[in-house]
This record gives sequence, C-alpha cells and structure tokens, in this order.
Amino acid sequence: MKNQKISTLSKVLLLLTTALFIGSLFVPMWRIELEAPQYPEGLVLQLHANKIAGDVDIINGLNHYIGMATLHTENFFEFKVLPFVFGIFALVALLMVFIAKRSGVLALFIAFIVFVVVAAIDFYRWNYEYGHNLDPNAAIKVPGMAYQPPLIGYKELLNFGAYSIPDLGGWMLTIAGMLLFFITLKEYKFNKN
Amino acid sequence: MKTNFLKATLVVVMIAGLFESCKPKNSSNAVSADAAQKAYVAPGKYDEFYNFVSGGFSGQMSVYGLPSGRMLKVIPVFSVDPESGWGFSEETKPMLNTSRGFVPWDDSHHTELSQTNGEIDGRWCFINGNNTPRVARIDLKRFKTAEIIELPNSAGNHSSPFITENTEYVVAGTRFGVPEDYKNGDLPINTYKENFKAHISFIKVEKETGHMDIAFQLRLPGVNFDLSHAGKGKSHGWFFFTCYNTEQANTLLEVNASQKDKDFIMAVNWKKAEEYIKAGKGRKEKARYASNRWNDETHTATSTIKEDVLVLDVNELKDICYMMPCPKSPHGCDVDPTGEYIVGSGKLAALIPVFSFDKMTKAIAKKDFEGDYQGIPVLKYNSVLYGEVQKPGLGPLHTEFDGKGNAITSFFVSSELVKWNIKDLKVLDRVPTYYSVGHLCIPGGDTKKPSPKYVIAYNKITKDRFLPTGPELTQSAQIYDISGDKMQLILDFPTIGEPHYAQAAPADLIRNNGQLKIYNINDNKHPRVAKGEKETKVVREGNNVHVYMTMIRSHFSPDNIEGIKVGDNVYFHVTNLEQDWDVPHGFSIRRAPTAELLVMPGETATLFWKATEVGMVPFYCTDFCSALHQEMQGYIRVSPAGSNVPISYSLGTNLPASSK
Repeated sequence: MKNQKISTLSKVLLLLTTALFIGSLFVPMWRIELEAPQYPEGLVLQLHANKIAGDVDIINGLNHYIGMATLHTENFFEFKVLPFVFGIFALVALLMVFIAKRSGVLALFIAFIVFVVVAAIDFYRWNYEYGHNLDPNAAIKVPGMAYQPPLIGYKELLNFGAYSIPDLGGWMLTIAGMLLFFITLKEYKFNKN
Repeated sequence: MKTNFLKATLVVVMIAGLFESCKPKNSSNAVSADAAQKAYVAPGKYDEFYNFVSGGFSGQMSVYGLPSGRMLKVIPVFSVDPESGWGFSEETKPMLNTSRGFVPWDDSHHTELSQTNGEIDGRWCFINGNNTPRVARIDLKRFKTAEIIELPNSAGNHSSPFITENTEYVVAGTRFGVPEDYKNGDLPINTYKENFKAHISFIKVEKETGHMDIAFQLRLPGVNFDLSHAGKGKSHGWFFFTCYNTEQANTLLEVNASQKDKDFIMAVNWKKAEEYIKAGKGRKEKARYASNRWNDETHTATSTIKEDVLVLDVNELKDICYMMPCPKSPHGCDVDPTGEYIVGSGKLAALIPVFSFDKMTKAIAKKDFEGDYQGIPVLKYNSVLYGEVQKPGLGPLHTEFDGKGNAITSFFVSSELVKWNIKDLKVLDRVPTYYSVGHLCIPGGDTKKPSPKYVIAYNKITKDRFLPTGPELTQSAQIYDISGDKMQLILDFPTIGEPHYAQAAPADLIRNNGQLKIYNINDNKHPRVAKGEKETKVVREGNNVHVYMTMIRSHFSPDNIEGIKVGDNVYFHVTNLEQDWDVPHGFSIRRAPTAELLVMPGETATLFWKATEVGMVPFYCTDFCSALHQEMQGYIRVSPAGSNVPISYSLGTNLPASSK
C-alpha cells in the first residue's frame, strides 16, 4: 500500500498542473489567424474556454459573401461546459495532492487524453459544419469549394490563408498534460519498489 | 571692307558666346546625384515626417509625407468639400456658420501645431481663416476639423494662429484696420486715422478638450498686423507681432505704406494683460461671433453665437505693448529656440535685424524710449538690437531655426534660402529656390526643439518646374536636406491652393498619438442613429420624412423606399455599421443639388434632399467597398403631392407590385 503513495516532487507538479488548468480559464486556448491581401494586419479568432473573441464581428461580416453562418458564443454549448470541465480537472489534480495515489493520477491522465480526443473531434465537427453548411443564396459560389478551417496548421481558403494553432491557454493545457504524463511515468516506471 | 565686316561679325559672335557662358547654370545642375535616394521612400514604407501645409485660397489644410512629398490627405476646414459632404451634411453645416450666416469658403495661411513645454505634442493643428476672420482647430487623432471660432472687430486675420509654448493662447491679429463691428462703418474712407482700429485677439485654449474662447482683445491703432510668434523659455509671457502701414495710408499702400524707413515689431506682455483683467481693467463690449464645435459622440457640430468680448484698450493700459523699430515693412517675426533672439524680416530690406529679448526687457526697465507711437512707447532701435545680418539677400520674408545655433531665412526677391549663424550673424550657405520662396518650414523649426533634417520652401512662382497646365500652373514646394553643412535640394513636389506657412513633426509623434481607426458604434450618440438593420425605419412628420438608414458591405437598409411625395423634405440619416478599418461607404442620390456623404465606420451623417418631381430616384454607394460594391444601390419612389401611396420601406424582399 505504502509504495502507491506518490513522491513530494509529484505533489508539487500536481499543484502546478492545477494552476495551469485554472490559468487556462482566463486566456484564449486556440487561435485561427486569417491573412488576406486586404488584411495585411491580419484577423484573428480566439477561442477561450467560455467565449469566442478577436475580430468576430469583422469575420462574421466577411462570411456572408460565401454564405457561412455567423459565429456567436451563445450558439455553442461547449462554452458553457468547458469552464466546468477545466474546473473539475483543476479540482481533481488538487485532490490528488492529498489523496496522493498513483492510480488516481493515472486515471486523471487518461481522462485528460480522452478529453483532448473528444475536444478535437468536436472542433473538427464544428469546422466541418461551418465550412460546408453554406447558404445556397451566397454571393460567391465556387463549385466544390468548402471553407473548413484546418484542425491544426495552415490552409488556403479563397483569398484568405488560415492558420489554426494553440494559443496561450492551449499551450498551458499541453504542459498540464505533459506533467500528468511525466508524473504517471515517474510513479509507475521509476518508483517500482 | 568685306574682311572687316567678317571680323566684326566674328567678334560680336564671340562676345555673345562669352556672355552666354557667363549666364548662371540652370537649375538641373543644382541637383546632385544622390538627391533621388534621399527623397525616395520605397513602396509600403512610411515617410519620416508629417507636413501640415496651409491650403491657401483653397481654405483647407493638406497633409504630406516628407521627404517623399506624397500627399496623404486634404482636410476640409473653412471651405465646403462635396467629396466628404463637409458643409453639405446637416451635421457639418454648423461648422461653417458665422455671425453672418453660412460662409462656404476662406483663405487659410498659417498652420501651427499644439505644443507642451515648447515642443510639438501631436494633439492639434490650428489654422487661420484670413478673409472671414476665423481660427480652426484640427484634431490629429481623427485628422478632422474639431472647432472653428470667429473673430469680431477683425478683417484679414493674418497674424494668426500662432501659439504660446503650452498652447495657453492662440493669437489672431487683424491685417486691416477697420472700425469696430458695433461702430458705424458708413464713414469716409479717408477718416482712417481717427476711426480705424486694429484688434489682436488672444484665444484661450482649454487644456484637455482644446476648446477655444476669446479671452480678450487688445485695441490698437489702425495699422496692419502681419505675422507673429510667441516668446519661449525666458521670453514666455511675451508675444511679438510685426506691423506695417504705420503711415496709416488708406489708398495705394504699395507706395504710401512704404514711406517710413522703419515700422515696428510690437512686443506684447500678455501676462501683464492677464493682471489687468484680474484687476477688472477689461471692458466687456458688444460683439457678435460664432463658436462652432464638433462633437465626436453625436457626430454633429453645434454653432453658438457669442454676444460680447473683453477688450483692453492699449491706449489706457500703457505697459502691455512696446514698439521695437524694424526696417522696411517687416513681414516674418520669428523667435529662436532659446527665446532670446527675435528676427524681423523687412520685406523691402537688404539686411536682417536680430533683436535681443534681454536688451528689450532692460530697455523697458530703463524707459529707454525714443518717443511713442499713438501712445505706445517706442524703444530705441540700437537699445534692443542684437545685431544685423549684413547682405543676406533681397526681400527677407520668414525665418526658421535648426536648433544648432543657425537660422534659415527665405528671400522672395532674390529667390533663395540663406542659412546664417545666430551668434555671429555670418551667412553660412545659400541655395536658390524655384521660384520666389514665401514661407519655409523646418520640422519643429519655430519650437524649442527643432528636428533639423529638412527645410521645405513653399514657392510663390512655379513657371517651368512641372509639365505646363495652361495659364494656371500647379503650386509647388521644394525639399532641401539640411543634415549637413550645405543645404541640398532633393525634391520638388506640387501642392494644393497656394501654400503659405506649414508645420512638420516626426511621423511617430503623430501616428502614435492614439489615432482612431474607426468610430465605435456603441459610443455613437447621434439622435437619429440606427445601430443595426432592425433599427432602420422611415418616419413621416408632416412634410418632413426621416429615413434611418444603415450601410454595411454591400447593401443599404432599407434600399426600397416608397411613399415619398413631391414637396417632402427628406432627411437621410445614414449610419455606417462597419467596425473595420478603411471601410467607409458613400451615399449619393441622383441629381441631388448638394453633395454626397462619405460616412466612416461607426459614424452617422445626414443628407437633406427635397423631392421636387414625380419619378424613380436611384441612390448608390460611391466608395468602392467590396467585390459587390456595384450592387450597393437602392430606389426612392416619388409620388405626386396628393398621392395616397403609404410610406413603406424594405430590404431583400422582391415584392410584387406593392401599391394598389
């Protein structure tokens, strides 16, 4: 039983993980940068845990040419759920400092991976939805053209170049995941006795 | 006989050739090879300086980049501008209101950037209206005229709008002596000496808002006040004005006002004037002048007519003004960066007198007067003179300073710029101008802290410098690099109007001053704004119809309007819903006898239009706004006066025949 308790270092790292989960609530997680000849200064969509920010109004204004639906925070249930999800992750990570069971950390890590996969699928689904479900009366119609932004990376959409990349919050979550992975690895692999 | 004739012919030809070779080289030789490189600003790169140039008889202010000479903007100020709707939209009409009603034009001569501690602060630019005496303040966050104040008891507002080192005051001195506004002007003109007066206005500038109000006017003998500059540093608290026609001629001034060997630079102790006002020595007198202010939240100007002005009579209050004799009808009046030296430019003189502020204050303390001019003490020339620049050129007009101990003076008659040292009064360098330079400008060249990279000459004659355009040629300016010891011509550039005085400031100072890109629609407090298409409507109030319309790429809402009748006064209140940089929309109605509207993102503007005949009236967007700009249009149906077609309006519904 005793050897299942995690080390002090792991506890400190768990505290750090907690802080990262909480911190990611206050900064944007993901960003889609758009560049076009008419927008040398660039446009950006920033996805926070609880809202869409950035040049939303300008992008919504432009979307009507291709018949893409306008973006509104209230149309996405995710922005209501995500703050709780991160809050729960933070809470559980904090509890683990006191419970200090390595199996608990493993469960947390697996839960996080599952969350990432589900989030990615969900993000892709929305991208697909917005990129394909176009108003048939749109002014600009290019046969066979869809405007689905990339899940991650770069893609050209007519005169716009779109970069989809993690923002500060995304990197914080990435580090949180890596810390959980490191703690799990350390506790199972190198703490065998 | 024959050989003698041939010899004589040969001699004549040789002499002619000799004279020809003695002729000065033409101007192309004056441009050295690296000039193009120095004036070149690559595509997409920014200029180093903004240049704010008076638009002369256009009444506007133009903005150029230096050293490229590229025009960036013409800001409508005193003249109507159909392109932007300035003076045509209901909101801007009050800006051009005066005590005598709407005045659509003026002649603007001098620009002056606001200062803090004697340095350009990048907040406002002031400009004078010469013909209908006015001063305007342009807001440099918006590059838009924010305020215009009219000046009573004045005519030919020439010595204006020069400012004190913390923008406490903007001054406005009259060029014409005239009877006071509320005295009977129905007088024989040759009673000038008894009945004509000159007034100088001190306009107080409110520190935060920039709002202008006339603090007081000085009543002076009827002479022509020409130019001025404030003291700075040690001479802060004083203002200096040149004047001519101290002969008080009322006809053929070019002869009769050039009789005296010396006219004056008048030194005004405005701190003393303030003391007199505190002591209750000023007199409130009847006057009538307009104060027009732009409100950025309502996007509307209001015009207020003021009914009195505080006057200080210099004849009664002796120690405000002192006269310094200055040769030959002085024009420019310029104070060096230290505030010690005052340079007067007698436009018919062949020397430049430099006066010393220290010597002046000592002479005043010792009452070292040679007499008085209509009650104003006249100081002795030699008691206030620091020295004279000998043989600088012919016809000095204006002087700017490089902050390195040198001055550059423009010479109209000899058509050149001359650089000289202030301390030893020695001429250092001279370059020709093409042709007959008037004003000149060094960035910050009349402040405590010049940025001496270039000097720009604003010429009065252009002749052969550009491709000819018939009898009326372009106006022109020239840029000289003054970073080295020698001034070097690097560029000619055309300007609008006739450029008079100009100001220039480092580009970063202006473009980082908090400049706006759009107007926030949430802050729009226009009483008839429509903040979204849902708020658009058409409302009939008797014969007046108010259309609350919006514009966004690329449609108007509404774009089909019916129920307008002949005789209706229609007000189109058009709001640009865009919140994106560089997306203005235009609004124009077929055969409108006024102008278009150019509406910035987040702004509301109103065009008045009278329905005069039955028919179909199209309207469209004039500013290419998107790929579907050409689709941005609509129709107004005008029915006969007694028609029962109801008011209706729509967007996006191709209705079947809507009227019965």
